[in-house]
Amino acid sequence: MATIAETENEIVEDFAMFDQWDDKYQYIIDLGKTLAPMNAEWKTDDRLIKGCQSRVWLYTELKDGKVVYHADSDAIITKGIVALMVRVLSEHTPKEIVDAPLDFIEKIGLKEHLSPTRANGLLSMVKQMKLDALALTAKN
Amino acid sequence: MNTPSSIPVTFSVTKVRADFPILTQSVNGKPLVYFDSGATAQKPKQVIDAIHAYYSSYNANIHRGVHHLSQVASAAYENARKKVQKHLNAADENEIIFTAGTTASVNLIAEAFLRSRLNPGDEVVITGMEHHSNILPWQQLCHEKNATLKVVSVNDDGSLDMNHFASLLNSKVKLVSCTHVSNTLGTINPVKEITSAAHAMGIPVFIDGAQAVPHMKADVQEIGCDFYAFSGHKVYGPTGIGVCYVKQSRYSEMSTWQTGGGTIKTVTFEKTEYVDGPLKYEAGTPNIEGAIGLGYALDYINAIGMEVIAAHEQELLVYTTQRLHEFENVEIIGNAEHKAGVISFNVKGVHPFDVGTILDQQGIAVRTGHHCTQPLMQRYNVPGTVRVSFGVYNTKDDSDRLIAALEKAIKMLS
Ligand SMILES: Cc1ncc(COP(=O)(O)O)c(C=O)c1O
Repeated sequence: MATIAETENEIVEDFAMFDQWDDKYQYIIDLGKTLAPMNAEWKTDDRLIKGCQSRVWLYTELKDGKVVYHADSDAIITKGIVALMVRVLSEHTPKEIVDAPLDFIEKIGLKEHLSPTRANGLLSMVKQMKLDALALTAKN
Repeated sequence: MNTPSSIPVTFSVTKVRADFPILTQSVNGKPLVYFDSGATAQKPKQVIDAIHAYYSSYNANIHRGVHHLSQVASAAYENARKKVQKHLNAADENEIIFTAGTTASVNLIAEAFLRSRLNPGDEVVITGMEHHSNILPWQQLCHEKNATLKVVSVNDDGSLDMNHFASLLNSKVKLVSCTHVSNTLGTINPVKEITSAAHAMGIPVFIDGAQAVPHMKADVQEIGCDFYAFSGHKVYGPTGIGVCYVKQSRYSEMSTWQTGGGTIKTVTFEKTEYVDGPLKYEAGTPNIEGAIGLGYALDYINAIGMEVIAAHEQELLVYTTQRLHEFENVEIIGNAEHKAGVISFNVKGVHPFDVGTILDQQGIAVRTGHHCTQPLMQRYNVPGTVRVSFGVYNTKDDSDRLIAALEKAIKMLS
């Protein structure tokens, strides 16, 4: 299993192939379309991430000491970005997740989505993923 | 929809655009198309220069000093009030209170006018298409006073259900508040008719003119309303300044709200005698630069002419609506007969946020989301809309750019 840093590098390499904005966004859109569907009963209001213009649900569980994320969004671009985050962070230990610098976001030119004022709330998403991981550490 | 009346040959949108320095820039490598004037309008250099001139040559506190600069600044501030009076065709300049904006104006009337008149069991009537700023202050007060907020239904086409409105009027209603133009649907409401119906029952009327004043002639005497509010920043003026028109006869029914420096005749520790008129409601050092800038903004649009602006924007509205109809899967939300300034739409099966993001990548600035009208979104059962809003500087070319960018967005997203 690749480390978080290795997956980040893979994604950075993928994105390096795109020199047009539309290729990059098409890739994110297509990722959104392929994200595994989330169990409907997990899509409850208390799992909505606040600060997003679109709705983003996040369900986090611990399996064999590893954090597993399930996520969905009603906007496809947001869903694509969620899919990227899940690909990077899922199935790692809480500590690895909490410590991850996640600088790939800047490297692939999605930094604008990290702005606290950005309506898709990638920042809130990242925070919630780390908070959930932290909560699961505390439980163990 | 209104057919555009003729636009005089003297109107040149190219000349207008040259007045707005911000419009020449590129966004994401493409020339900016600014279709978000409903959120805030861009500022012409006449306004920017006026603010610059204020700070570089006559900044001083007003209504206080005997010295020269203070008198120049005070005169400029009061002159701005006259410009607003003239623009709204208010009977007297004392009917114009400067506030921080529409939201502040609603809060002012809720606190200084309605609070003391609202009793348990009373009602306040608003409509289903109000901006949160014209809901929350009334809702809050109703909760506190055990009064009820009643809401006029919105028809499918985005017009108000006037029969429902009529049925809500009764002796328990202490205020009717209604938007002149919907910031989400673009609907122009029959505010004159609404006012006369309410007045026939002795009910005072507040009109939210935030989305009307930028696009059309708004005449408070013709409407007949008791209160009328708008924001400077949506009429090409600065942010943080707005207006609350109060009909002269209503002043005697208003209590003080925020008090402090500038509102008084005499103060002792036991009691204070307040001034009459607008200054009573402009406590503290006001937004002097804002008022002056707003005055220049009104000069600017009046030099073009409100009829000309209205006709130009109607033409854009009709043209853009027609072009949007070229897409089978685009649904326009709000198809009332009388509309101004705004088109809301959705692409079937696509989230408005996605559309907005792809448009932004192509240099097109639109707004997506609920537009501070969540109850209205619930009415139409949509998570939000993509909103195109027009300003005097927009062109058919802007609309064509929007359509091309939308075509690309739809291709990518579906
Ligand atoms: C219809 C309407 N009312 C009120 C407001 C609030 O205006 P402001 O934020 O300037 O106070 C707006 C602004 O979006 C509006 O469109």
